[in-house]
Amino acid sequence: MALDAFDRALIAAVQGGLPLVARPYEAVGAMLGVSGEQVRERLASMLDEGLVRRIGAVPNHYRLGFTANGMSVWDVDDHQVDALAAQIAQLNGVSHCYRRTRHLPDWPYNLFAMLHGRTRDEVERQADVVAALLGPACRARDILYSTAILKKTGLRLKGTHDVQD
Amino acid sequence: MLRPDQLLLVDYLHGGFPVVDRPFAAVGAALGWSEDHVIECLRQLLASGVLTRFGPLFQIERAGGQFMLAALAVPEERFDEVTALVNALPEVAHNYRRDHPSLNMWFVLAGESAAAVADAARRIEQATGLTVFQFPKEHEYRVELRLPLIPPEGARHGA
Repeated sequence: MALDAFDRALIAAVQGGLPLVARPYEAVGAMLGVSGEQVRERLASMLDEGLVRRIGAVPNHYRLGFTANGMSVWDVDDHQVDALAAQIAQLNGVSHCYRRTRHLPDWPYNLFAMLHGRTRDEVERQADVVAALLGPACRARDILYSTAILKKTGLRLKGTHDVQD
Repeated sequence: MLRPDQLLLVDYLHGGFPVVDRPFAAVGAALGWSEDHVIECLRQLLASGVLTRFGPLFQIERAGGQFMLAALAVPEERFDEVTALVNALPEVAHNYRRDHPSLNMWFVLAGESAAAVADAARRIEQATGLTVFQFPKEHEYRVELRLPLIPPEGARHGA
């Protein structure tokens, strides 16, 4: 699926957020020279296609009291990692669970699972649950806590085009 | 501390924001609030930094784009300088400082194509003189978190 000029302009117009006015889709349409209905139709189809994951609020975890934000990383046997990770992804407090490329010898970890809690103790307990689940398939582990959000803006498309023509 | 109505709104608006002509009025109807109260409450949450954004979240991979986790080992005395250089790139979507003996800056590069992401990584290497460790996704097991903000008996919806 490739983005056409309208998609690109639409994404560029809303990637920073929807306008906080009574008719936000109408307002976006006005910026793009189309109707609010056209904006809604395309956003609804993008939701169906999965190009839009969701429409909603993106919280700052820290400001909501979830100040312990640990990137847990695990060196898991390649033959078992998929089956085990599927179970880990279902645990409470786990988000963004991925298998990723190792950088040997510096970085032996191939499984990443973000853990979120109000305290580091809470995160450590979650990590213990993960460790128990992985059992002997896990050879090494670490948790990298975030100590500052340096930037959080989400996707930014460049080079968007005018779609009025 | 957030007021109970603010917590309720953050939780309610996790997803499923209506794609209708007057969505804030629809949210208000569901919560028993006025349209103006929904908008004003959201405005405050964004202005105070509780929300970093409100709107559609794009999964650009569905259109050929790429998200790439990357890390740098930044010397402590250069941390602010490197942060500014990295954050200046529009392709850098998130950037976190993390506790680790060497890899202490972790960011996500988002681009319209794998080539755009590779190019952004190259530009960071040129600007900083540091190696960008890239951690491409090989498999995705879960991508979203819904924080348990309010007790289960509170009003929720299943977005």
